[in-house]
Amino acid sequence: MRALLVRDLALAVKAGGGFGLSLAFFLIVIVLVPFGVGPDTGILREVATGILWVGALLACLLSLDRIFQLDYEDGSLDLLVTSPLPLEGLVAAKALAHWLTTGLPLTLVAPLLGVLLNLDPTGYRWIVVSLALGTPALSMIGTFGAALTVGLKRGGLLLSLLVLPLYVPTLIFGAETVRRAVDGLENTTPLLMLSGITLGTLALLPFAAAAAIRINLR
Amino acid sequence: MPDLGKYAIEVLSAYAFTLTLLGVLVIWTLYQGARVKEALRAFEDRRAEAARSQEAAE
Amino acid sequence: MSIWEYANPKKFMETSSKVLPWVIGLAAACLILGLAWGFFFTPDDFRQGSTVKIIFLHVPAAMMAINIWVMMFATSLIWLIRRHHVSALAAKAAAPIGATMTVIALFTGAIWGQPMWGTWWEWDPRLTSFLILFLFYLGYIAMWAAIEDSDTAADLTSILCLVGSVFAVLSRYAAQFWNQGLHQGATLSLDKEENISDVFYHPLLFCLAGFVLLFVALLLLRTRMEIRARRLRALQLRERMA
Repeated sequence: MRALLVRDLALAVKAGGGFGLSLAFFLIVIVLVPFGVGPDTGILREVATGILWVGALLACLLSLDRIFQLDYEDGSLDLLVTSPLPLEGLVAAKALAHWLTTGLPLTLVAPLLGVLLNLDPTGYRWIVVSLALGTPALSMIGTFGAALTVGLKRGGLLLSLLVLPLYVPTLIFGAETVRRAVDGLENTTPLLMLSGITLGTLALLPFAAAAAIRINLR
Repeated sequence: MPDLGKYAIEVLSAYAFTLTLLGVLVIWTLYQGARVKEALRAFEDRRAEAARSQEAAE
Repeated sequence: MSIWEYANPKKFMETSSKVLPWVIGLAAACLILGLAWGFFFTPDDFRQGSTVKIIFLHVPAAMMAINIWVMMFATSLIWLIRRHHVSALAAKAAAPIGATMTVIALFTGAIWGQPMWGTWWEWDPRLTSFLILFLFYLGYIAMWAAIEDSDTAADLTSILCLVGSVFAVLSRYAAQFWNQGLHQGATLSLDKEENISDVFYHPLLFCLAGFVLLFVALLLLRTRMEIRARRLRALQLRERMA
């Protein structure tokens, strides 16, 4: 399983692997927002949390269809399914690879981009915490969506339509965690909900995703 | 028409929207249903024809 | 006599064709009675004026929007466990009806709220949850349309429905948390909690019955169509291969 993980990571980091793409996309979105919303730093501070979260979410979405597509196309997915490795483990490894190459870099870069949006000082710590806790869920949910749509020719758009509503609870609780901290309020509830959702998806979605892959490979 | 007072537009548009949407749903369902029923019937008629002519040939 | 007899497509077609005229008749009767009663013969509310009449549209539509998804959840589960095609096709048939009900609930909810809120849209947790539910319906319908093989589509959409249901419930609580129900207990929260006076309650019951029966009628019609369509595709496939 570790070999698989390493292989996926290597693939992702290579040119065209999507590693830099997500970061670049994140940066572009953040840079575009002030152009759309106006340079008033007061307003930007208000929306900073939300923009950072939505930007990270959309950037995650970009590399999702790649998770199984290449393996499906060259037939290696069939091989992997018949290997002694449990399919659920394979799915989890893929989700982990996606997170390491997308979610984690986004989390680390977010504070820097927060500067561009005039994020409140308290927000910096919390944006990192909330993204660190939330992006694994985004990767896992995305992997599930990718498993559902693997093999569809124009699956990318359908994938987004399926996955974005599933992202809503994580987005709400993640952004609320930061917003409440910034407003000086108690933010334990959203923080716990966020963690709970992430843990739940990590525990349960691999099974749903594995089932979907088996169905798609019939 | 009862006196709807100052909210006449809101109430009427709510009813108009709902009844229109339900109407569209019903009509579309009936249309789709008729189309499929017809296609199936036509197909099964052709099959019956083909089977009969095959029998006649034997 | 077990309900599983109707899982047999032939039995389903026979029974549904016998039952359908009655359901349609009853649906029409309840709807006309309920809506006419509510529209023409109820007084205005002292707070909401004549907009209270929207209750006869909004509440039944909202209830159906949610209950139809619950029905899809149940039939998806039945498909995955017992592999009854009628069950899978019933879920497929129900989705557009549910989506329409959701849109009606959203629209009437927004219109109803407008005089109270002063804006055409408010991120009220209730309405927000319905917006999210609409997206789930869209995704489900899109998925059925995207997959060619009927059984594969049934399997994948069932998984989507099951997983989606969990997230739909989560989203409900998240939306409530996110916008702490600024209108809690106020105009739109009129389920069993708030006491509706009988003068509205009675026509509302007829409207509820009417919507439910309308759903059943449309469901039967659409499921019959899906069964026929599936049979047609199977026959065409067999012909092509022979």
